[in-house]
This record gives sequence, structure tokens and C-alpha cells, in this order.
Amino acid sequence: MTLPIFALLALLIVVFALGVILARNPVRSALSLVMTLFFLALLYLFLDAHLVGALQIIVYTGAIMVLFLFVIMLLNLQADPEERSAVTTLGTAGTLCAAFVALLVYMVGNTGIAAGPASANFGTIQTVAEALFIRLMLPFEITSVLMLVAIIGAVVLAKRTIQ
Amino acid sequence: MWVEIGIATIKALVVLLTVLPLAGALGWVERKGSALIQDRIGANRAGIPLFGMNITLQGLVNTLMADPLKLLTKEDVTPRGADRFLHALAPVVNLFPALVTFAIVPFGDVLFIGDREINLQIAQLDVGILYVLAMVSLGVYGVVLGGWASNNRWSLLGGIRGSAQMISYEVAMGLSVVAMILTYGTVELQSMTRQQGHLIGGWVPAWGILYQPVAFILFLTAGIAESKRVPFDLPESESELVAGFFTEYSGSKHMLFFMTDFVEIIFVAAMVSTLFFGGWQVPYLFRDGFHFPWGTAIALPNLVVAILELLSFTVKMLFFCWFQIMLRWTLPRFRYDQLMRLGWKGMLPIALANVLVTAVVILLVQGA
Repeated sequence: MTLPIFALLALLIVVFALGVILARNPVRSALSLVMTLFFLALLYLFLDAHLVGALQIIVYTGAIMVLFLFVIMLLNLQADPEERSAVTTLGTAGTLCAAFVALLVYMVGNTGIAAGPASANFGTIQTVAEALFIRLMLPFEITSVLMLVAIIGAVVLAKRTIQ
Repeated sequence: MWVEIGIATIKALVVLLTVLPLAGALGWVERKGSALIQDRIGANRAGIPLFGMNITLQGLVNTLMADPLKLLTKEDVTPRGADRFLHALAPVVNLFPALVTFAIVPFGDVLFIGDREINLQIAQLDVGILYVLAMVSLGVYGVVLGGWASNNRWSLLGGIRGSAQMISYEVAMGLSVVAMILTYGTVELQSMTRQQGHLIGGWVPAWGILYQPVAFILFLTAGIAESKRVPFDLPESESELVAGFFTEYSGSKHMLFFMTDFVEIIFVAAMVSTLFFGGWQVPYLFRDGFHFPWGTAIALPNLVVAILELLSFTVKMLFFCWFQIMLRWTLPRFRYDQLMRLGWKGMLPIALANVLVTAVVILLVQGA
């Protein structure tokens, strides 16, 4: 991926991520998050991870964020009139972010992955499927059982009466 | 490199300049079709006065000239209290995903110009049909934005209904596509279409519908639900919500919403033809001409073959456009609980069972 494309996408992602926390209206906030996730998907595409990019749009941009917006609209949330103390909010957020960035720098620095062009079949559906359904079969199945448990839990909580 | 970019641009322009006028022409089919079904004459007044005659072209002048002119010159109103930016953005966000999905629809096999081989498909992506699902899932934002930004209760209700409906039917649509991916063993639309050129027993073209009739019904139903047309037009249901999510739109923005409706019809028709009816395949037509099962062979030049394939695709697509329009004027609208029951308790289990049966059958066939 060339640097100008990366720079442009990174800039857009940061701008819309700022929009998520700076917008006073919850719908605009959610829409900024949609755009953040969309440009993140484009970033994946330019990094040759085509399948991950497509799935990012299908799952996050197209399904989860729609549910976010649905709930916001259903509850008819309005702009938050309450003024928050900027110092405490920004202070807490800043500390958490700094800790996260430090952790990220440490982890990435220790992986020893050299930058370079991806192999020819990197990120194709076959490669991802082989990893998921052959090499990592057990963790994948356990994850889906976990999610099933979560879904059943949500249904039980949401139901008023259980026969 | 510049030649490739030029070819891609020409293909994109050809598709765009076919889809957009076709969307307009479908407006005419819709008006005349509804008139036919309701035993009326339909739009036949607006015309071009020429030599003392009124040239109406069966109402085409009305739909293709009078209506757009009226909509383009109307006052563009943004209601008080609306979110001005998002209100203006919504029609564009609505049209964009519907148009860009045509990028991967194959409308022919290959065309040879000189020694250059041109794939008659704008973009051959290795994520293939997942791109379609991604773009379809983005289509909901135009509805949600239009409904929310208008500051109108009807619009908001329409937007909420639209988002719930489209999320619900995306699931069944995705699962019917999974069954097709299993059947063809690829996600790429061009190779799916090529596989449908085989002949079963030397006679019957191996079109997708013969293998996956259940997936065909699921996909078509979910597709119509995604394009929000009768019987799934609850987001706009005129009798209760005025016009639902686009109640507060006038002039050219209203026209954009209308346009999206027709572009989505064309898209559903194109996808159904590609996945289930052989796309550009003409029975017994191969790259070098016709080979009939009784032994007759007619050799044809590549250009003629390409034109025949293009014609075949267009005919199939137009048939399904017509089918959707006839469906709209035949069926009544669902009630909201019926809509949700059909989506989650009807189509989802059938789609899941279809995927399971397909997978088991493929496993048995391959194991044997």
C-alpha cells in the first residue's frame, strides 16, 4: 500500500473517530462511527485483506451499526444537554489512551514482523477458511458456542414470562 | 495500464448509461402496468405538440420528460427543525450502494478486440458476491437517515421500520447466497455464470434454479423485501405513513428516492438472472457458436456471440423487472407482525435447512 493512500485513510479514520466523541447528537455520533468503520474496511482492502474488508462492512458497518441507530431512534435520544467537566473526561480518556498506545507499541515492537509485500494468496477466502476451519477449528467452535450462550442469555433476559 | 483504465471506464459508463435510463423506463412500465391491472388507461396526456398532433408515445413522454422536468423545477423544501446536512445527504446515500453493486454483475463472457481479451464485467473481485452483500447492507442508511433527519414522526417511523425490515431479510438473503456458494464452489459471479453453461445429460442447461429452487424463492423474496416494495413496502406505506421515510422530500431529492427504487428493481432482477437463470448464458451457445445436442453446429464470430449473450442477459433481467412490477400491483401489503414472522420464523429456518441439505448432498456426491 502506498503511503499517500494510507495517510488519507488514516486521517479520515481519525477525523471520524473524533466525530464520534465530539458530536453532541447521538445519531451524528453513531454515523461518525459508521464512517470510521467503513474507512477501516477500506484500509483492510488496501492491505490486501479483501475478505476481512468485506466482512468488516457486512458485519460492523451494515449490521451492528444499523442496530445502534435503530435503538437510538427507537428511544428517540436527543442531544445531551448536560455539560460534562472536560478536564476529568479528557484526563481519564487521555490516560487510558496513553496506556493503550504504550501497550500497542510494546507488542508490535516485539512481534518481529517485517514490513513487506503480502504473499500472493494472503487474505483470500481459501486462506482464511483454512485457518478458521482446519487449523483453528476448536477455538472457532468454542467461540460460536460462547456467542450462542450470549444470545440465549439475551433472549431469557428479554422475555417477560418463560413457560 | 492506461488502456486497462480506459476499458474499465468504458465498461462502467456503458453499465451506468444502461441502468439509469432503464430505471426511468421502468417508471413508465410501472404506470402503464398498474393501469393495465386496474383496468385504466394510464398516463396518456402529456405530449409534444408536432404538426398539430400530440405525440405522447403511449405515455412515455409523460414519464420520461414531463415527470422529471416537474420534479427538477419544483421547490426543494427542507422542513424546520430538520438536520439540514443529513437531510440533503440521505437521498445520495440511498442511491450510491444500489448503483455501485452493478460493478460485479457479469453481462457477457469475453470479448476479443485484437489480441486483447475483455471480461464483460466491470470488476472481477476475489470477494465476489460478498461485495454485493456488503453494499446491500449499506443500503439501509439512506432510509434511516432520511427518516431521522426529516424531524417528522411519519418519517421516523418509516426509518425505524425500514432498518428493522432490511436487517431481518438480509439474514435470509445471505443464507440463500451461502447455498449458492456451496453449489458453485466459488464466490465469483463470472465463474458462477460460466458453470451454468454446462449441460445436464447433454440436453438441459445447468442453470442455478434446477439445483437450488428453494434458494431462488428465498433470494427473490428477500431481494424484494430489501428493495422495500409491495408487499414489503411498510417503510413507506402511503396509507398510514404518508410516504414514510421520504415524506419530507420534494423536488429532485424526491426523484432520487424514486430512482433508487427502480435501480434496486433492476439490481434484484440482474442478480436473480445471474445466480439462478444462467446470467448471460444462451442454451447451447458456446464461445465458438451454437452446438446443439442433436449434432448441428453453427460457428459464430466472437462479436456475435458476445451480442447474443448481452441480449440473453437483458431479456432475463427485463423479465424479472416486469415480474416485480406485476407483483407490486397484485399483492396487498403485509401487516408488520406478518412481515417479522415471515422473515424470522419462516424464511430463516428454511434458509438454514437449505444450507444444511445442500452441504450434506455435496458431501455425499463428492464422497461417492
